Amino acid sequence: MGKAELPLHAPGTQVDRGYIGESVPRPNAQRLLQGRGAFIDDLRLPRLAHVAFFRSPHAHARIKKLDFEKARRADGVIGVFDGRAVAEYCKPWVAVLGHLKGIKSPPQHAIAIERACWQGEALAAVVAESRSQAEDAVALIEAEWEELPVVVDMEESLQNKTTIHPELGDNICFNRELDTGGVEEAFAKADVVVEDTFHFGRHTGVCLEGRAILADYNAAEHSLTVYQATQAPHMMQDIFSRHLGIPEANVRVIAKDVGGSFGIKVHVYPDEMATAALSIMLRRPVKFVADRLESFLSDIHAREHRVKVRLAVSKTGEIVAFDLDDLTAIGPYSVYPRTSGIEGNQVVNLTGGPYRHQKYRAKMNVVFTNKNLTCQYRAVGHPIAVALTEGIVDLAAQKLGMDPAQFRKINLIADDAYPYTFPSGLKFEQLSHHKALDLLLKTMEYSKLRDEQSRLRQQGIYRGIGIAAMIEVTNPSPAFYGVGGARISAQDGATLRLEPTGMVTVMCSVTEQGQGTEAAFAQIAASAVGISIDKVKVITGDTGVTPYGGGTWASRGAGIGGEAVLLAGRALRSNMLDVAAAMLKMDKTELDVEKNYVVNLLTREKKIDLAELGRVAYFRPDTLPLDFQSELTVTRHYTPRQYAFAFTNGIQASLVEVDVETGFVQLLKHWCVEDSGTVINPMLVDEQLRGGVVQGIGAALFEECVYGPDGQLLNGNLADYLVPMAGEMPDIVCAHIETPTRQSQLGAKGVGEAGTAGAPGAVMNAINDALLPFNARVTAMPFTPERILKALKKV
Amino acid sequence: MEHANDITLTVNGTRVSRRVPARQHLVDFLRDELGLTGSHIGCEHGVCGACTVRVNGEIVRGCLMLAVQADGCTVDTIEGLSDAKELEALQKAFHERNALQCGFCTPGMLMAALDLTKKNTKVTREEIRAHISGNYCRCTGYQAIVDAIEEVVNGQG
Repeated sequence: MGKAELPLHAPGTQVDRGYIGESVPRPNAQRLLQGRGAFIDDLRLPRLAHVAFFRSPHAHARIKKLDFEKARRADGVIGVFDGRAVAEYCKPWVAVLGHLKGIKSPPQHAIAIERACWQGEALAAVVAESRSQAEDAVALIEAEWEELPVVVDMEESLQNKTTIHPELGDNICFNRELDTGGVEEAFAKADVVVEDTFHFGRHTGVCLEGRAILADYNAAEHSLTVYQATQAPHMMQDIFSRHLGIPEANVRVIAKDVGGSFGIKVHVYPDEMATAALSIMLRRPVKFVADRLESFLSDIHAREHRVKVRLAVSKTGEIVAFDLDDLTAIGPYSVYPRTSGIEGNQVVNLTGGPYRHQKYRAKMNVVFTNKNLTCQYRAVGHPIAVALTEGIVDLAAQKLGMDPAQFRKINLIADDAYPYTFPSGLKFEQLSHHKALDLLLKTMEYSKLRDEQSRLRQQGIYRGIGIAAMIEVTNPSPAFYGVGGARISAQDGATLRLEPTGMVTVMCSVTEQGQGTEAAFAQIAASAVGISIDKVKVITGDTGVTPYGGGTWASRGAGIGGEAVLLAGRALRSNMLDVAAAMLKMDKTELDVEKNYVVNLLTREKKIDLAELGRVAYFRPDTLPLDFQSELTVTRHYTPRQYAFAFTNGIQASLVEVDVETGFVQLLKHWCVEDSGTVINPMLVDEQLRGGVVQGIGAALFEECVYGPDGQLLNGNLADYLVPMAGEMPDIVCAHIETPTRQSQLGAKGVGEAGTAGAPGAVMNAINDALLPFNARVTAMPFTPERILKALKKV
Repeated sequence: MEHANDITLTVNGTRVSRRVPARQHLVDFLRDELGLTGSHIGCEHGVCGACTVRVNGEIVRGCLMLAVQADGCTVDTIEGLSDAKELEALQKAFHERNALQCGFCTPGMLMAALDLTKKNTKVTREEIRAHISGNYCRCTGYQAIVDAIEEVVNGQG
């Protein structure tokens, strides 16, 4: 492999991209394949203590009394602590952001004091020599309660009959209104107006590895080392420092292997903060791993939106205006530090996103309820915005008697219309909706499928085809969180070091949760430096080692971290050539690096093995000129700035068969066309897209956290909460268009959330297409057999 | 003190004897007593399959079997089968096809896949999907896993 020239996307030039664009297997996957990874629960430290939490059985209750006597006397128990005791060591937090005007939330403690606001909120911590002993002792805690009125339904919460936090005045955490003007007039003049209400069930991430933290306080140094399954080590370093009162330099956060995250592991969790505080209090390492049952009660949930949407359309099929009213419930607290206002905000920002109408009005309310907290989970707001946009678009096409694909062709923003400003204010650098639609229709053989559909309908087989176009927020700039006052880094850094053996070590602030970040960085580093990929070692997830940065979230790792690696790689190559030039007494411009050798730029003749260059630079610098100092460790950073986000676009299609007798949906096939800019590793990108699609399918068909009227979670276990299994998933065909962002040399945008963003809308439209002959329609996810049979009026 | 039993079993070819609490399940025993942390705990109620290990040649959920029930048994875990090269072909195919992301489900998934290879017959993609439906993967779309298993079981590229 050769080296990567810059920029990778220079117009009209053919550049050597090295490993970039190659389906290289992930070097770091070998340990995972042998069960030799290092997940938090695999770590063993001397004097390690284990914590288990006493969690509220009630959705809303005042704690009259907590009696720890029996628990304290139980075998192996080291200590039992309530909220007040832990609060001595851990300051509470308030999750608001300056740019979400008016957002409010009460202070939240690591362990609740006086009152539980959702079923599962931690009220006491038991630390013992083993987890089982801690759990045994939890069962011995005696509590007396005064049950309080429970607010479960979001419409009721909005009416504010019962105020969960009286000091806030009402149950509204955040609201937003957006109006371009002219919306009423547009609707009054429109040839066709369609409207519908969509419901999105509450669901959660179900990372196969539960949330996990091992906090190790060193009293002599007043330092804290935290091994944590987190997506954002530097953010957590800052938070541990400020809330636990330890200088930031004394806090080190290490994220080794992380067993799935999907946004679940980027938030501050009270039980994890308590674990860190307990390590300080007990002056020994303490570990907490959420078991599956408490994961359902304490991992953030997401979605739970009710959205009314209206669409104004001309008789020729042109979309004129969107009108939106979104209501979402987030539990009793906004989640720290990103807040729980972002998902609703995204729905407002993104609805109608692929289309070229100019009139848009949106109203959105975020309300408190006595259920588990919700916050940012994979694709944040996108699945909602996409599904309701594409659902209402299909309804309009149906009303006009137009083919859904043709209707989209008329309305998608033209590929030559960029840069483009969307009515919500978002700016798009360059998208490729029409190319994507054409590629999708060709890949899926759309006309053939439509013919087959009509043929099968005659035989009483009801198939449906659903399409969902989308835009997606990736590579966020500081406009996402930083401007609101959150200490969340939008920039990332990479350090590259040439080792004496000619190897290159890469240290990057973006983390790895299995998506293949480290492999992508190895590809970029090898290509930028001019070495083979087996000579690269990548280290991520350690605040004590890597440059400062944001980590992994909002589809930013490859685009931002990758650019930092590329820039650092180029700088290291240049510095290596300085050494070579000094050794060879040649001009640097006559030299190049290729396949682990310094070579003559023109003849490609091998001049020096990089191991020899390393040997001389580190061990025999006395042989180099007196005024020469080698610099074989370089660091570069990257921040996206010109656009708030590097928007991507994509389009998905789903083919389903609905059994109209049983209500069961069989997924026959799924297609996904995505334009995420430069693709670094197609194999990794495709399977990440597929994984995202499967999570989106889960939302559409299976997954829902079902609550009873008393605020009790009714299906908080893996047997009752349905996660997509291999047997019911279809083959998923992926295809790509590459429109690199010109904001970076690498040109990569994000891709990690695209599948999840588009799949629910595509599946919904496919089901409704199948139900069309029955004049039946479903709009409440998940589309269970029961809901489909109800729509068919069979139950 | 809770009830405890003495057990002797063969784990990855080595005889081990321990006194174990009667309530301790097999995967806790393997992880906490023997330090074999390759078998993972995903749900502890028999659904996700992350703790799948082999007992007397059959795959079992390590969270649904007690350690005391393994007395006298032969237990194989991901670590042992990796060293014995029994999983080599599957591991290679999983690696080359990126049939894993976070890797938490992977040891259990490989155990289930290995079980399928033992049947020595060709299988359809649907049969592979059905066979691994007791092993949840939350990262991949399952497709690369199915591809990798198909390659090994049916011997095709």
